[in-house]
Amino acid sequence: MASEDINRLKGRSNYLNAATTVKSWLLTLDHKRIGLLYLFAITFFFFIGGIYATLIRLELVTPEGDLLTPEMYNRVFTMHGVTMIFFFLIPSIPAVLGNFCIPLMIGAKDVAFPKLNLMSWYIFMTGASMMLYTMISGGIDTGWTFYPPYSSIYSNSQVTIAGVAIFVTGFSSILTGLNFMVTIHTMRAPGLTWFRLPLFIWAHYATSLIMVLGTPVIAITVLALAFERTLQIGIFDPKLGGDPVLFQHMFWFYSHPAVYIMILPSMGVISELIATMTRKRISGYNFVAFSSLAIAVFGFLVWGHHMFTTSQSMYTGMIFSLISYAVAIPSAIKTFNWTATIYKGSVSFDTPMIYALAFLGLFTIGGMTGLFLAALGLDIYLQDTYFVVAHFHYVMVGSAVIGFLGGLHYWWPKITGRLYSEALGRVSALIIFIGFNLTFFPQFILGQLGMPRRYHAYPPEFQVLHVLSSAGASILAVGFILPAFYLLYSLKYGERAGANPWMAAGLEWQTPSPPPTENFTYQPIVTHEPYEFEQVPEIRQAREAELQRA
Amino acid sequence: MNPSSFLSLIPFFPDQASSFAFEVDLFYLFLFALTGFFTVLIGVAALYFLIKYRRRSKGEVPEQIEGHLKLEIAWTVIPFLISMFIFAWGAKLYYQMYTAPGDALEIFITGKQWMWRAQHPDGQREINELHVPLGRRVKLTMTSEDVIHSYFIPAFRTKTDVVPGRYTMSWFTPAKTGTYHLFCAEYCGTQHSGMIGKVIVMDYPDYQAWLRGVPREKSPAEAGAQFFTSLACNNCHLDGGAGRGPSLHNLFGTDVKLANGSTVKADETYLRESILNPGAKIVGGYANDMPTFQGLVTEEQVAMIIQYIKSIGPGQGAATATAPRPAAPSSVAPAAPAARPTERPASERPAKPGAP
Repeated sequence: MASEDINRLKGRSNYLNAATTVKSWLLTLDHKRIGLLYLFAITFFFFIGGIYATLIRLELVTPEGDLLTPEMYNRVFTMHGVTMIFFFLIPSIPAVLGNFCIPLMIGAKDVAFPKLNLMSWYIFMTGASMMLYTMISGGIDTGWTFYPPYSSIYSNSQVTIAGVAIFVTGFSSILTGLNFMVTIHTMRAPGLTWFRLPLFIWAHYATSLIMVLGTPVIAITVLALAFERTLQIGIFDPKLGGDPVLFQHMFWFYSHPAVYIMILPSMGVISELIATMTRKRISGYNFVAFSSLAIAVFGFLVWGHHMFTTSQSMYTGMIFSLISYAVAIPSAIKTFNWTATIYKGSVSFDTPMIYALAFLGLFTIGGMTGLFLAALGLDIYLQDTYFVVAHFHYVMVGSAVIGFLGGLHYWWPKITGRLYSEALGRVSALIIFIGFNLTFFPQFILGQLGMPRRYHAYPPEFQVLHVLSSAGASILAVGFILPAFYLLYSLKYGERAGANPWMAAGLEWQTPSPPPTENFTYQPIVTHEPYEFEQVPEIRQAREAELQRA
Repeated sequence: MNPSSFLSLIPFFPDQASSFAFEVDLFYLFLFALTGFFTVLIGVAALYFLIKYRRRSKGEVPEQIEGHLKLEIAWTVIPFLISMFIFAWGAKLYYQMYTAPGDALEIFITGKQWMWRAQHPDGQREINELHVPLGRRVKLTMTSEDVIHSYFIPAFRTKTDVVPGRYTMSWFTPAKTGTYHLFCAEYCGTQHSGMIGKVIVMDYPDYQAWLRGVPREKSPAEAGAQFFTSLACNNCHLDGGAGRGPSLHNLFGTDVKLANGSTVKADETYLRESILNPGAKIVGGYANDMPTFQGLVTEEQVAMIIQYIKSIGPGQGAATATAPRPAAPSSVAPAAPAARPTERPASERPAKPGAP
């Protein structure tokens, strides 16, 4: 079976070997190559953010602030957050896997606007270079939330340039979202109706909606902050006649939906992984698809739940709490449906499935602890403690990063044409799962005990839990570094993958791995719903072979 | 054993030292049990399915199940109902925390990079410590001199941001004597993690003794009265509406008619704004000619002046402070707003110097 693919591939060019000059990469209009350009950039930033995280966990091993000075610690945790959120998490799945997979999954040659797609990458790199300059010139110490008047008047760090970097990067996000929406609307293969779309596409459609509608607001917000800082125009500082809480409203109006920019694509990945690895149609397809849209819409109406202690009016707080519970329901629907999909399935435990299961466990905990924080009277206590830190790491790392890694392992054979070591893949997924829980579960308890976040030094009674957390972080680091090695190793020494190593049902698996530049050498026509595993030729052949043997 | 002391046996909570602590912890434990139940349910179901339905042969295709509408509706509606119950419980607690009783002991808190100042009603001040009496309701009125801070007492389960440019409020009833952590919970710059202190809950007699032991300065209202004179407020804010500015006697807590026709309640926030940004809300019939005191007074001084205005407010009887001018007669009942110049027709008011 695999040898047939190799034979088919022989003598045929693919998107990787069609041209090999540096220029052919830097000026490429191929969505697959642009996806890889993003992969290089965000992997770089992931490890930079990881270095900052390492410094944080090392500092917190002892209660005294003895490793870093307070100024340095504040810069380190701020740069960790800014790097991971704006330069890794937000672009991760959409810009890498979305770019690579969306046209393949809908049977298109490319995205709707290939030149705009390349421009988005250059805009991203411009913002990223500015952020690198910010790092080299000392970083910023405002927390990734940039609350004024600290950020606008009191901080002595590079706030303005960092703000401009985020402003610029935002346009990459807006344009990518726009590109995806137009692509999904206009480029679907014949027969590929909306309800035949893989759930990955639905998730990216919902994400694109948030990118296009939400990102301009953060652009306005950081620009206003930069104006106040450089020109002393009173917008947020009360001494200049501004209102500091106004900033929080504007900031969270984007930054809460931004959480869904990070998690929705991951949910889309998990739907693909679970369907393929259980060979079943995702239970409640319509409910899962529409819950993505519901999350995108409701996500814009809950920003005030970050501000229950900020002296907003009591009734405002109540309305935001109520809507926050409404947005919890679509996430619950998805979780129940993923679990139900496994029921009476044909479960394989390949590496992507291990990641999907890790996601399911960690997302459940991340989502459930969200119920604690949306509860008004309890949030008063837990707000700004380690409980919040633990909660959002369960969602952003335990769910978004795990989803990205699961997706990367799932589409890696398609992207590179090579298989990585299954044993190492499974082991590193397990190491990440264990290391992650050991790092972040103690932080729930820390928060419940009243440990505030962003503390450089802390009372000694919290030390045991901090040491546990740092120990977990070192295990987690091993789990993140391992894939870098075996994935790179597979590029040269990995077994050839064949077109459809997972026996999956999506269109992207019908074209060779790696795909040709034009994606398909024929016009794909879709005649059935997604996840029809009866129709997958590789599965049919395997079954016939088994029947003959029997 | 009462339920409160039972909860305190669970090791993962700090001391329960306020009347809110037990209720917050009970709510927490309820949510822990509820979410724990559903997490385990999902986990066990997933594990069971994973083992039972593991792939047996390479060519296996399971029977496809065409959705189950009733199941979908059930796991939409049931979580929704449960979450509405959680919302209502949380909102009830929030309401209690947001509604300070009128008879509380009022302490004024100022946050400043990187220290906490407190001033007690009789003028005793302390830094990075807060002494409060057991079993008495205590209300904190708070503001910041610079950036946003947050006043967090884990043992009380209370936390309120301390925001420059406005007053915020927090209240509690200390329920257990002892010394507890005070943390700044909103990141405020270099020494954020050093902006910590102690909250000391004392029996009422001990608290009284402590108050006596602190070198007592002027009470905030007395000090405020002095600033009222030294800043020359008294030149314009004359009694009986004879001055360029409205009289401030019997003002606090009443409704004020503004020049633009709207009405505002004369609370701390309004008074503070009128000192620092006098043009924001002009009292009906008066000109916008008061200069701003922004930058000339500290937040603590503003608070003292407000305390002075409160002390000459309705129902306070004779001013508790030595007022720069004779206090309003205590016989003026709070419910006699007609005496207030702000509600008199403009024609009755003396012409203002400087008005065209």
